[in-house]
Amino acid sequence: MNIATEAVQIGLEWDTRTGAVTVPIYQTATFRHPGLGQSTGYDYSRSGNPTRQALESGIARLDGAARGFAYSSGMAAIANLLLLFKSGDHLIVTEDLYGGTCRLFDKVFGQFGLSFSYVDTSDTIAVAAAIQPSTKAVFVETLTNPLLKFADLPAIAALCKSNNLLLIADNTFLTPYLLRPLDLGADIAVYSATKYLAGHNDTVAGVVTVKDPQLAETVYFHQNSVGAVLGPQDAWLTTRGIKTLGIRMDRQQENAVRIARWLAAHPRITRVYYPGLANHPDHALMKRDSRGFGAMIAFEVDKHELVEQILLKTKLISFAESLGGVESLITFPEVQTHADIPPDLRARLGINDVLLRLSVGIEDCDDLIEDLRQAIEP
Amino acid sequence: MKRATQLIHGGPTVDQQTGALGVPIYQISTYRQTSVDHFSKYDYARGDNPTREALEDTIAVLENGTRCLAFASGMAAISTTLMIFSPGDHLVVCDDVYGGAYRVLSSIFSRMGVTSTFVDATNLAAIEEAIRPETKGIYLETPSNPLLKVTDLRGAAEIAKRHGIITLVDNTFMTPYLQRPLDLGCDIVLHSGTKFINGHSDVLCGFAVVRDKELGQRIRYIQNAFGTGLGPQDSFLTLRGVKTLKVRMDQSQLNTARIVEWLKAHPRVTAVHYPGLPEHPGYAIHAAQADGPGAVFSFELDSYETTKRLLENSHLAAFAVSLGGVESIISYPAKMSHASVPKEERERKGITDTLVRLSVGLEDPDDLIADFEKALG
Repeated sequence: MNIATEAVQIGLEWDTRTGAVTVPIYQTATFRHPGLGQSTGYDYSRSGNPTRQALESGIARLDGAARGFAYSSGMAAIANLLLLFKSGDHLIVTEDLYGGTCRLFDKVFGQFGLSFSYVDTSDTIAVAAAIQPSTKAVFVETLTNPLLKFADLPAIAALCKSNNLLLIADNTFLTPYLLRPLDLGADIAVYSATKYLAGHNDTVAGVVTVKDPQLAETVYFHQNSVGAVLGPQDAWLTTRGIKTLGIRMDRQQENAVRIARWLAAHPRITRVYYPGLANHPDHALMKRDSRGFGAMIAFEVDKHELVEQILLKTKLISFAESLGGVESLITFPEVQTHADIPPDLRARLGINDVLLRLSVGIEDCDDLIEDLRQAIEP
Repeated sequence: MKRATQLIHGGPTVDQQTGALGVPIYQISTYRQTSVDHFSKYDYARGDNPTREALEDTIAVLENGTRCLAFASGMAAISTTLMIFSPGDHLVVCDDVYGGAYRVLSSIFSRMGVTSTFVDATNLAAIEEAIRPETKGIYLETPSNPLLKVTDLRGAAEIAKRHGIITLVDNTFMTPYLQRPLDLGCDIVLHSGTKFINGHSDVLCGFAVVRDKELGQRIRYIQNAFGTGLGPQDSFLTLRGVKTLKVRMDQSQLNTARIVEWLKAHPRVTAVHYPGLPEHPGYAIHAAQADGPGAVFSFELDSYETTKRLLENSHLAAFAVSLGGVESIISYPAKMSHASVPKEERERKGITDTLVRLSVGLEDPDDLIADFEKALG
């Protein structure tokens, strides 16, 4: 079944009593037991809530996974996955990682004895070179934030397999609609569902999908033990968002290609990062593995002064953190999303004081271009 | 401000922009910024959401703290707070700690190098004896779950201070309406807000409350970094629940007293554990540190058959996990809240196969008693 069809089906089969075509919002903490030692399958909402489960099993189907898990945020999802490791373990991670993930790795889990090597995961040789005896996993962003580098997942998966490493793919920027990491050899996919999956800038949520049922059982143990689960209202809103994932993503990509081309031709824009442009170094690879190039664009302007001008003068495009929603958003990674990356690493990566990140929404593209034009050329 | 008023007016309850008597539900992930140099206090909802913040401010006031943080569940509050410790650190923990807390301590934090010793915390000397050079905190529940054992919080906090370590108290059973551990010298108050604070068995949520600002900032850092904060709908529902905390708790306590008296006289009941009974070993200490005995208690029955009959045949009290709701909930600790504790250890602690826990709701106590009478046979 096509992902777009699969997405619309989520929750549809659930309410057999009434036939309701969406899953009810089970705003409940606990469930009454029919007898001693008997359970309806639901005991306590931290352990399982039908509304959350509709989302969890739905996202598992979209990703071709054994199980899915929903968390109170994307960071809660990633934090839960890090509990798979123990003090002394080493992980190889994408170097231009989302700042929040970097903070979680270095400042929180670093303290508990996990260590991390930051490498360019679009360079498989660099990944191989970073493997140490204590390495237990590779964590990649399939399409990186904010520089939009694309990882060769099949090659990294082969490397992980021969070295007995777990491969975790943060697929937030692409979603299963464009790329299914588990099909390409990843063991676990993780998403900030706040972004494209929920898609309306109205929900903070995270999801994880796991291919192997036994590994999924361990992830479930941690989800239930730590309890950073997604509430029923937010789970329902995320499911509702996923139903329009395909059409939103189609439109957002169409807009992104046009805007990327327009930016590339603009005299005051010195550089455009968008993998849908033929001159992007990962364009061909991404064409091979992904159904699309996503709707995130990063670009550099000719002078730092122009950064502030664009951020404050765009009217339709909001100056705000986050991405992936129906509304277009623009951010300044150096001081916003990537403020927690060490400054020297940030500079080396190219996250500088003239770099802006644009999340393209579903507005009419002509209006978006006009909004950018009037902000750049006052 | 008196407690009943504080519950209604303690936090930010009026919307500045519209005057609405209530905080809007900010179902939002992000906020538009107006300056490149100075971001508004609100930049991303994982970090700050006005609805969650209103709830946090309200609970901070009720606990007489300076900072409260709200989490996706009670366990998220506990797990996130425990992340303030480092590998090599050691905790002294009350031995009948809630099974979920036992599970994260014994199977997750232990692997990360934070170890725990479980002691009978009714005995202050046992707490002090378990303190080692690397001990960083004392983790308590009083009254405890499910045996309602009482720990002298002032005494425990004094021991902690003497050793330069902190005291963490799970105050779920009491709520700040009945007991305020920060006033007694403790450092961190934890809650499953799912229980009495929200009170309607319809929300999962948790809190950590502190008085020390630096400690608050450390927990807040992890809340944001981990993203374990409470969602806006659940924050709103909990704020709504808090408004009736006093009237609910008052009524539930009255009902509890009636039911406890009735059970004590019942031939099939062999013991009743409730700190409101003068014969309870912790009665005096509890009375000195709390404003009421609460509405959860446990009791023991003459046989497993009686236990099973009661659990399966009570119609009004729902046989379910959780507690603290408007509905009475009857549960079976050996297989529910304490199922994660190994059997041998469980029985050593007195959590036997004939122990039943009752959380008393707002039903008329006559109806509850009649229902139990029939079920007990």
